[in-house]
Order: sequence, then C-alpha cells, then structure tokens
Amino acid sequence: MQIVCVAAVLVAWQIGSTTGWLNPLILPPVSAVAAALGTLLQTGTVWADVAVTLFELIVAFALAAAAGLLAGFLISRSTLAVRVFDPLIAGLYAVPTILLFPLYLLFFGIGSPSKIALGATLAFFPIALSTIAGFTQVSRIYIAAARSMGASPLQLFRYVLVPDAFPVVIAGLRMGLVLGFLAILGGETLTSNAGLGHQIVTMAESLEPAKMFAYITVAFALAIALNVLTSWVETRGQTHGREQTA
Amino acid sequence: MSRRPGLIRLALVALFVIAWEFLARRFGNPLFIAPPSATAVATIAMLHDPALVRALLEALREIVTAFAISVVVGLCIALPLGLNAFWRGAFLPLVLGLYALPQVTLLPLFVRVFGLGPPTKIAFGATHGVFAVILAVLAAIRAMDPVLLRAATSLGASRRQLIFNVVLPSLVPSLFTGMRLAMSGVLLGVLLAELYVSTTGIGYFTQAFANAFAPAKLFGVILLLAAIAITLNELMRVAERRLGRWREEPGR
Repeated sequence: MQIVCVAAVLVAWQIGSTTGWLNPLILPPVSAVAAALGTLLQTGTVWADVAVTLFELIVAFALAAAAGLLAGFLISRSTLAVRVFDPLIAGLYAVPTILLFPLYLLFFGIGSPSKIALGATLAFFPIALSTIAGFTQVSRIYIAAARSMGASPLQLFRYVLVPDAFPVVIAGLRMGLVLGFLAILGGETLTSNAGLGHQIVTMAESLEPAKMFAYITVAFALAIALNVLTSWVETRGQTHGREQTA
Repeated sequence: MSRRPGLIRLALVALFVIAWEFLARRFGNPLFIAPPSATAVATIAMLHDPALVRALLEALREIVTAFAISVVVGLCIALPLGLNAFWRGAFLPLVLGLYALPQVTLLPLFVRVFGLGPPTKIAFGATHGVFAVILAVLAAIRAMDPVLLRAATSLGASRRQLIFNVVLPSLVPSLFTGMRLAMSGVLLGVLLAELYVSTTGIGYFTQAFANAFAPAKLFGVILLLAAIAITLNELMRVAERRLGRWREEPGR
C-alpha cells in the first residue's frame, strides 16, 4: 500500500504537470526530471558538485569531531566543569546557528570555508554534549574496580571509559554529521559558488525546474545514504561497546 | 554551592566579552570585526531605525504565524494518521519520506511559488516546524494506554467524546514537547528564508551591512535576532514545563 501511495502521488504529479494543472515551471513532469537526472549522471557533471559538498562535509565534520570530542572529554573530567559548561553549550546550541552565516561569509568569503565553518559550528554542539554525557555516565564502580586492580590512567581510558561512553558518543557523532550536512547544504543555498545547494539555486534561477529537481533528488539520495550509513555504524558501534563492557 | 557554577559561567562569559573587546581593538581589522562596545552602540542606534525595526517585527510575526500553522496543521495530519491504521499505512511513509528530504533544497521553489515577501518565509517556517508536531503526536498516540480507550468505549463514549475527552487530553504533554521542537524548526526555516531573500526583510540588512563592511551593525542585527530566538525558545521551554505536566499535579 505504501508503494501504491507513492506511485499514486508520482502519477498525479506527472498527469498534473503534463496537462497544465500544475505549473510545469514549478513542478515539471516526473518524466522530465528523470530524464534530466539521467543526463546528469551520464555526463558526470553532477559529481563535481557532489565532491564539493562532500569535501566540505568531511572537513567540517573532522573539525567538529576533533574539537567536540576533546572539549567534551576534558569537561567531563571535572564535576564542576560539567556544571559550568554543559548548560552553556546547551544554551548556545539552542540559538539558530544559521545566524552566524552572514558573519562567516564576511570572514571567510563566498567559497567552501564559510560552509565548512557553518557545518563545523553546528556539528560541534551535539558531539560535545554527547561526549560530556557519555563520559559522565560511566559507572563509578567500574572506575573504582579498574583502579583497585592497578589500571594505569591510559588503561582506564582505553578499557573502561571509552567502551562505556562509546554508544552515547557515537550517537552524538551521527547527529553532528547529519546536522553538518544540512548546514552545508543551507549555506550553499544561501550564498556560494559551488556544490549541490548552489546548483539547485542556479537551476531555479535559470528556469530549469527539471534540472533543479534532478539536483534535489541527488541531495535527497545523499541524505538518505548518509542516514543509512551512519545508523549502521551507530548500531554496530553500540553493540560493539556493549560487548566490551559486558 | 549550587550558585557557584552559575557564577563561574557568568565570569567566563564576561571574560570572553572582555577578550573580544581587547583583541578586536588591538588586532582586529575594523572592516571585518567590531568590538562589543561598538556593537552595543550600533545595536542601540539601530533600534531607532524604523525600517530595521519593521523588518525585525515582520520576522517575529512570520515566526509566530508559521508556528501557529505548524501546530494546527501538524495536529490535523497527525490525528487521522494516529487514529486510523488505513491512513497511517497510506500516508505515514510519505510523511517520513518528506521529513528525510533536506528541506533547504526546496527553498528556491518556495520563493518561486510564494514570492519574495512574508508568505514564503511563513510557509518555509511552517514546513520546518510541522514534522516535529506530527512525530510527537504520533508517538504519543502510539504510547497511549489502550485500557483508557477500551474503558471509555465500554462506558459508551461516542467517537467524538473519545477524541475530545480521552485522546486529546492524553496528548497534551507530548504536544508541548513537539511544540518546543517545532519552534526551533520554525526559527530555522524563517531565518533561512529571511537570509535567502536579500531584497527585503532581514536578509536585505545583513547583505547591505556585510557589503558596506559595517561589522558592528551586522553583529547587532545578529544579536537582536538571537535575542528573539532565545526568548521564544525559553517561552516554549517554560510552557512545556508548566503546562505540559498536568498529569503530575499534586493531589492525584
């Protein structure tokens, strides 16, 4: 029934835009979108923009993960630091990060760096918060047991803290990656000179709705691929973490 | 003791502002960065600029309207989907599919359909908020105690009574959670659209201040918008805490 429903929507869309019920400049026929998508994939023009967007995402995520994991871990080492910083980070997280984009444009220009900065800023928050949460929830009994059995600080970190915090931390990493992707697409849509978001806007402004939807489809597929991939990693990581602590 | 973290936090923020002031004055390029003192002066001056105040109030109105729409439409979509297995089977995958779509890719389309004015921003904000309401209400219906429903039915409640006296009251806590999340979605959607459209509204001012290399004014607009966002988010959090917990009232 789900397939029937989606198919019905697509058929209605196709009929609507070919008969002129729907404005074909806004919703072009599905067949035209499929054709445009086919050309994009065949000629390979799409890959350059996918590469730009993914490059920005990878750099932004690496920056956010490095900063978020480090800050989160250091904060989690002291109860006072947690009580000082946790509400601060959570409060800043509630402010729409997109507001910083005009500033980043001013600082870093129209190219990739401003998108990387936006993506990294947004991704930092869930990663830092979940790292704090992950490392503070490690049971004191485990830590005391490991210490009394003579674990060095490094061993404590490697065999007790990391495995126990891992499932929570990886959920934050996943959230950071997904939010980073959305922020980068948003930045590209607002002001940019390359990337998927940029192409969507360009096609919209040059009245090429079929190509615009083709690029939207690519962005959609990328979002779903990221989601599936990260949820697979998250489930694997969580069972793995549990095996280690058990 | 319990006030100490708050004090340290305050001190850190103060330290940050002082460091920003010092570094911006000493090393900052005045074309790109403004110290907090200049930002404060510019912000107060901007509050006397009727065009900018109008743009801010317009953004606020768009946010409130988009929020109201997303709550009402969200309920109108979630209730049939939650209460009827057929509608759920038919439309839930469609709703989830749309939810998975990065909505910002549709922004140019919204501008094409709704123009450059408030309708685009309201519509884009509403679509950003509506899913939070739908998902929260659906989850609440799924978690509803079936005993309550069966009891009401066996006591002879009509479908209408069932919905108004049993279903809706039990949804209230989750609805408030959904509304809080919807508010942050609406803020994102409206601000994205405001920044995207650079010929009118807030986007015009941020663009103009950036092009004129007037960072104090740009910082000021951003601070004012952040203040609006923080206020609305806090309001929703208080509402969730105070109004969303009717079932945990003492005396029950």
